[in-house]
Amino acid sequence: MSQSPACPRIGVYVCHCGMNIAKQVAVEAVTEFAARLPGVAVARHYKFMCSDPGQELIQQDIKESGLERVVVASCSPLLHEATFRKACAAGGLNPFCFQMANIREQVAWVTADKGRATSKAKALIAAAVERVSRAQPLERKRLAVGDKVVIVGGGIAGIHAALTIADAGKKVYLVEREPTIGGHMAKFDKTFPTLDCAACILTPKMSSVKNHPNIELMSYSEVEKVEGFAGNFKITIQKKPRYVHEELCVGCGECVDACVFPKAKFPSEFDEGLALRKPVYMPFPQATPAVVVIDPNTCLQLTKGKCKQKCVEACQRGAIDLKQEPEQVEVEAAAVIVATGFKTFDPRGLPQYGYGRYGNVYTSLEVERMVNASGPTGGEVVLKDGAKPRSVAIIHCVGSRDKKTHPWCSRVCCMYSLKLAHLVKERSGADVFSFYIDMRTPGKGYEEFYDRLLEEGVHFIRGRVSHITDWAMTKAEEGKLVVSAEDSLIGVTRRIPVDMVILSVGLEPQPDAQEVRKKFNISCSQEGWFLERHPKLAPVATFTDGVWIAGACQGPKDIPDTVAQAGAAASEALALIDKGYVEIEPNTAEVDPEACSGCKTCLGMCPYHAIRRDEEKGVAVVNEALCKGCGTCVAACPSGAISQHMFTDDEIYQELEGILSYV
Amino acid sequence: MRFLYYPGCSLKSSGRAYEESLLAVFARLQFPLEELPEWNCCGATAYMGIDEKKAFVLAARNLALAEQHGDGQPVHLVAPCAACYLVLLKTQKYMVEYKPIGRAISDALKSVGLKYRGQVKIRHPLDVLIKEVGLERIRAAVSRPLEGMKIACYYGCQVVRPFAEFDDPHDPMSMDDLLRACGAETVDWPCKVRCCGAMLTGTVEEVGQRRSYMILHEAMRRGVDAVATACPLCQFNLECFQGPMSRRYRDQVEMSVAYFTQIVGKAMGLDERTLGMHRLFIPLRQPPALLGTSHDC
Amino acid sequence: MPGLQIQRRVKYQEELDADFPRRVADMPGAADLNRCIQCGTCSATCPVSSFMDLTPRRVVAMTRAGFKEEVLRSNTIWLCASCYSCTVECPKGIKITDVMYALKRLAIQERAYPRHFPTPVLAREFFHKVRQTGRSNEGQIATVMILKTNPLKLLRQIPLGLKLLVKGRMSLWTEKMSGNKRQLQDLLDYMDTHKELR
Ligand SMILES: Cc1cc2nc3c(=O)[nH]c(=O)nc-3n(C[C@H](O)[C@H](O)[C@H](O)COP(=O)(O)OP(=O)(O)OC[C@H]3O[C@@H](n4cnc5c(N)ncnc54)[C@H](O)[C@@H]3O)c2cc1C
Ligand code: SF4
Ligand code: SF4
Repeated sequence: MSQSPACPRIGVYVCHCGMNIAKQVAVEAVTEFAARLPGVAVARHYKFMCSDPGQELIQQDIKESGLERVVVASCSPLLHEATFRKACAAGGLNPFCFQMANIREQVAWVTADKGRATSKAKALIAAAVERVSRAQPLERKRLAVGDKVVIVGGGIAGIHAALTIADAGKKVYLVEREPTIGGHMAKFDKTFPTLDCAACILTPKMSSVKNHPNIELMSYSEVEKVEGFAGNFKITIQKKPRYVHEELCVGCGECVDACVFPKAKFPSEFDEGLALRKPVYMPFPQATPAVVVIDPNTCLQLTKGKCKQKCVEACQRGAIDLKQEPEQVEVEAAAVIVATGFKTFDPRGLPQYGYGRYGNVYTSLEVERMVNASGPTGGEVVLKDGAKPRSVAIIHCVGSRDKKTHPWCSRVCCMYSLKLAHLVKERSGADVFSFYIDMRTPGKGYEEFYDRLLEEGVHFIRGRVSHITDWAMTKAEEGKLVVSAEDSLIGVTRRIPVDMVILSVGLEPQPDAQEVRKKFNISCSQEGWFLERHPKLAPVATFTDGVWIAGACQGPKDIPDTVAQAGAAASEALALIDKGYVEIEPNTAEVDPEACSGCKTCLGMCPYHAIRRDEEKGVAVVNEALCKGCGTCVAACPSGAISQHMFTDDEIYQELEGILSYV
Repeated sequence: MRFLYYPGCSLKSSGRAYEESLLAVFARLQFPLEELPEWNCCGATAYMGIDEKKAFVLAARNLALAEQHGDGQPVHLVAPCAACYLVLLKTQKYMVEYKPIGRAISDALKSVGLKYRGQVKIRHPLDVLIKEVGLERIRAAVSRPLEGMKIACYYGCQVVRPFAEFDDPHDPMSMDDLLRACGAETVDWPCKVRCCGAMLTGTVEEVGQRRSYMILHEAMRRGVDAVATACPLCQFNLECFQGPMSRRYRDQVEMSVAYFTQIVGKAMGLDERTLGMHRLFIPLRQPPALLGTSHDC
Repeated sequence: MPGLQIQRRVKYQEELDADFPRRVADMPGAADLNRCIQCGTCSATCPVSSFMDLTPRRVVAMTRAGFKEEVLRSNTIWLCASCYSCTVECPKGIKITDVMYALKRLAIQERAYPRHFPTPVLAREFFHKVRQTGRSNEGQIATVMILKTNPLKLLRQIPLGLKLLVKGRMSLWTEKMSGNKRQLQDLLDYMDTHKELR
């Protein structure tokens, strides 16, 4: 083994990763090659370097052979860099005197030819050895964390997480963009599979949120800006003007009665347009906060600047303020939970189903309102003309499992369609035809619920509906909506005339998912569902420390799963607060005061505002707590005065040398 | 930009009225269409069933010929027959999407000294009228608005799917917009893109005629004066079997079925013969208001 | 009541043609067959499925399972009107119309189509006409087709034919393409002599 005196003693470990690496890369040859590289004192290969015995090899060699630097050639650093750094530390070596060469993802898995794979592995190891020889011991900084949490989205996910954290004694800011919390669940009458009343289980939680001393509910608000990092976020929240002072309004509704519009005239958002409201309104009786809101798009004073403003007069508490402006609030938080939920698919995108063309084609969400006892029809299922339907078709998978709309299964539609079939039958006595592709009922008590519906006599037809028309081919079809599908279990195509059609629309990401994602620096799948750090092992964590996701914003799911995730996210946030500190990577930039000319170029470049100028000394100074190690300033400095730990010029050049000397 | 016209076989026989009215309307709009010289049969639906590659080659020859007229610029090839339109589009698309097909066609073309580079834009007259001529110019050319006339626009299958991009495959509106610009009322009905039975009316009558009958039945139920079509086969099926249909389904079927170009021509005041009206089995039914002012020869 | 008809229905795996699905899938547009989820949208939208012995969905299922005989002998592939509804509606993007074309071609290759069934005959007549003249002639092709499949029907069609003649919508001779007919024939011959192109 060659060794020049100036070189630190280096150990190289080549991992087989079972057969993952070994079947493409000749690990013995690579190890022999590594042993001859300058500075290498020990070179070994082993089946699984990440296993306990693998890690012990490193620790032992550090102690016994006096290794000063370590290289592991294995998988992606994303997976095991932390593991091996810990192993180095356990052996008594500074964890930053370590370098990883990725010969699995970057070599074995992507190189078909064994010879070339072996050569490439050698080149990457040579580079890592050269680089690590210049590595410097570094220390991680610890920063204290705060104890408050911001939760974005006040659906059942946000509500459950907020209550969990608040009950643990920590302060929560719950930010909801609508005038009321509750999300989708607040619109339902019953919930599957138990058919328990949604309001009975949700409204108590909503009022607990309002009354909890540790929760500050910020409704009709949105997060505008997020700064800082795990443990120490600074979050700017914009409160939209509701033209009502929240703390003064008691929700008595005098103003609504007094409004110059004698009758409700505008479609109610909460009732999916099935009922009307005035410009000043309460979204629904149990709205939380129980405060009215004035819609700037329909209020005469706010649109035309001309109105008698009867509402202002009527409010004895003087709560109405038509001059209210948006307000910005800045809060500090240790952790963030994003729980922004989903949106339902708009079936206008499938004109063959006639939504918008035929009055009696409804979406499932509209029918949820219709069957709701406190909804626009008082729980009655009725047609546009007020009559009761005698036959109703429910169409599953509208906007799901379809290449042209959404390829995914929305997971809850089979179950909620069963629920609606039951409720429609119960409320109207109509014959119900349920058209499904596959009946998906995987959940506790779900298959039993399906069984119950079979027994109730719902007509289940296995077949996807191709079109719904008012094209009457027979007398019996006249005046009806005709649903065409193949009864695929029988093998014939059928035309079924009905009075009403319910489209079981799928779940899709919120339209602003990309913007929200950017704000919180988290990732999205291509479709717009927020990405968990690991689909199995870290389902509520994100790639940004300190930010968690919960509920349907991560993917379609039902209430039980949503609540489970919300609980998980809450406890992970609490764990961070409880730990009390975060460690930050020492990959920060540093200014050499000797070389700095004080030109201030870097100040404007830093996206994190981490650099300031020491006026006394006339040089730039980096705040390590804010620096993210992006390297912008390093590249920008005209005097070459800034370097970045873990990425010094010396290290990079040496690494290049390693690769090039091999080629 | 050049607009070449590809008639296809039907427009020279059963669909002659389509050709006559189409050319007359475009001439009135001062939008010249030149017939592609030396064109051959497109390959059509029937051919696909025997030898797909030969069908593609037949279509590709037309595309290659059209391309030669562009002098390096893209050429527009206007194909009024739905089947031709589809086969030409399909050939263009599959040549790119399926490499072996693209190669086979190119080799065959090369053997006779032809080459196709994909520079032809295949257009349906509806597309050209809406997107190139524009409703403004059409409105300006209307001298006899079709007031009081109620029409059901029937697009059929292959004009709007699966390859066309100028209109919605489920709920197309181009013909409706066009005829509304001519002053007519068009109905929203569910048969716009439902199949007329295609060549089954000739091969397996009971299957084909039932399709056409159901469509006519619905048109009658909606009380329209005429059904407007954009395809020679649709027009033939819907118009020429009304007698047999009436007997087969014991229902008096009587409905005018005309090419949309004939109806547009009417609104422009073109005379009956120019529009090939005399070739219809059932004269175009017109509301009394329009009859009074008609300039028949 | 006639005697009880019985027929064995169980299909043993070895009676299926394992190669059949591959042969179909090799044809352009038919490759995605395996993605079918048997939802039946194709059958439901098909304008003529109510006359088919196998619905389009069943054709897809039986093709990929290797039921060659049943599929090639079904009337489905001949009833398909090439309306492309199924292709547009299939949630998995399967080009069912192309599959139907592929099956028609296989049925002709294997001579598995019903005798006197008009569609294959129509297709052949069409082919001859185009080779001769570069154009097709609907009237003539239809006449020959009817003669070959169901001569009696010709009598019934005479009134229609006369009417078309009078209206100038049918001619007894085919308009021939102008110009280079040789080139077209060479082109078609080239396809015949270069089978590897198929
Ligand atoms: C028709 C239908 C019936 C259903 N029936 C049932 C059932 O019976 N049983 C069952 O278990 N599940 C059912 N579900 C599923 C259920 O709706 C979801 O599991 C549940 O609503 C998910 O809760 P969530 O809090 O994640 O999302 P949501 O309920 O969508 O709540 C998200 C909240 O976040 C807010 N928000 C969004 N973006 C922002 C932002 N940028 N800033 C601030 N706030 C924001 C929204 O306004 C909303 O209040 C049904 C779904 C549908 C469509
Ligand atoms: S529509 Fe497509 S996925 Fe559905 S059964 Fe037909 S081929 Fe299969
Ligand atoms: S293309 Fe053929 S199989 Fe498909 S829907 Fe049309 S007629 Fe039916």
